[in-house]
Amino acid sequence: MIPLALETDILFAICGPLAVAGALGLVLFRKAVYSALSLAFTMLNLAALYVGMDAPMLAAAQIIVYTGAIMMLFLFVLMLVGVDRSDSLVETLKGQRIWAVIGAVGISGLLIAGTGQMVTRALGVRSANGEFGSNVQGLAALIFGKYVFPFELTSALLITAAVGAMILAQNVRLTPKLSQREMSVQRMKAYADSGTHPGALPSSGVVALHNSIAVPALLPDGSIAPDSVSETLHTRGAILDTAELSQATAKNFGLIAAATGTELGNDTNSGGEIE
Amino acid sequence: MNPDFVLWLAAILFGIGAFGLITRRNALVAFMCVELMLNAANLVLVTMSEVHGGLDGQVAALFVMVVAAAEVVVGLSIIVMVYRSRRSVSVDTASLLKR
Repeated sequence: MIPLALETDILFAICGPLAVAGALGLVLFRKAVYSALSLAFTMLNLAALYVGMDAPMLAAAQIIVYTGAIMMLFLFVLMLVGVDRSDSLVETLKGQRIWAVIGAVGISGLLIAGTGQMVTRALGVRSANGEFGSNVQGLAALIFGKYVFPFELTSALLITAAVGAMILAQNVRLTPKLSQREMSVQRMKAYADSGTHPGALPSSGVVALHNSIAVPALLPDGSIAPDSVSETLHTRGAILDTAELSQATAKNFGLIAAATGTELGNDTNSGGEIE
Repeated sequence: MNPDFVLWLAAILFGIGAFGLITRRNALVAFMCVELMLNAANLVLVTMSEVHGGLDGQVAALFVMVVAAAEVVVGLSIIVMVYRSRRSVSVDTASLLKR
């Protein structure tokens, strides 16, 4: 019979089921963010179990590396690709879920049956921890002694991963970037060929009650200057009607004219031209 | 705690992770299920270190963590790249080889 320490049994009775619940949440939640948070919860519970198994160093690494770094990286990418989408429930492969359940239960059952009652006696790592003073010193003695070569290899692995991520994340330009000089040459060429205005585009219109960028500017003859509003707003159809906006001014001018009985200059006659 | 129970817990977590990896179509969630399976393996390593009374298992678990971190970095950047070109993270959309 394995000698049992009471506190760790209680710890396992609490954290074990919670870890399983978190894992189930990861698999069953439709929304990816809930899944990610469930997995973080499972990892925290596993860290608590590590503490119970006299592995404080691993518990700290579990929280810092897994819950802190890896899961937050996951959440970051989730935010990047859009969190509001949830998985569709349609099965693309027929009977996939049933067979997945059977397979998962089979794997778990096989592992449980295989390891089953294999362990008859746990030695505990107390003495191994005490050999060099504490768990951290014991791990350090192993990592920088017996396992120093694999440890160096992991540093190579990490550098390779970092470089690989940088290369993957890089945007490759398909066309060379134009310099200021080339762009100005292009502008002047366009002016010579088709008469396109080489200078800055006209700014948006300013009327009495509106000066947003969605208001087009008016040309001297009262027509709209098409370049004065961004192309994006054109395609979205978010442009305001200038004629309607200038009605307010025209109306006020009309009221003043009616009250004083005089004309306020030639501009008011056609109203719509006033910006 | 009884090491047998911890091993069972690890087996159950591994099974749940395998189930999620097969059924979920969001590449990110499938990837998280792989992480869960790695965690289950870590739990076994730590338990076995406890059973055998040496720290070697814990060192191995630390190495697994390092490898998992490197794997996540590369995997996530691949997912972001696929998302950039396909506007989707569903594993079903990357099916060019099938056509």
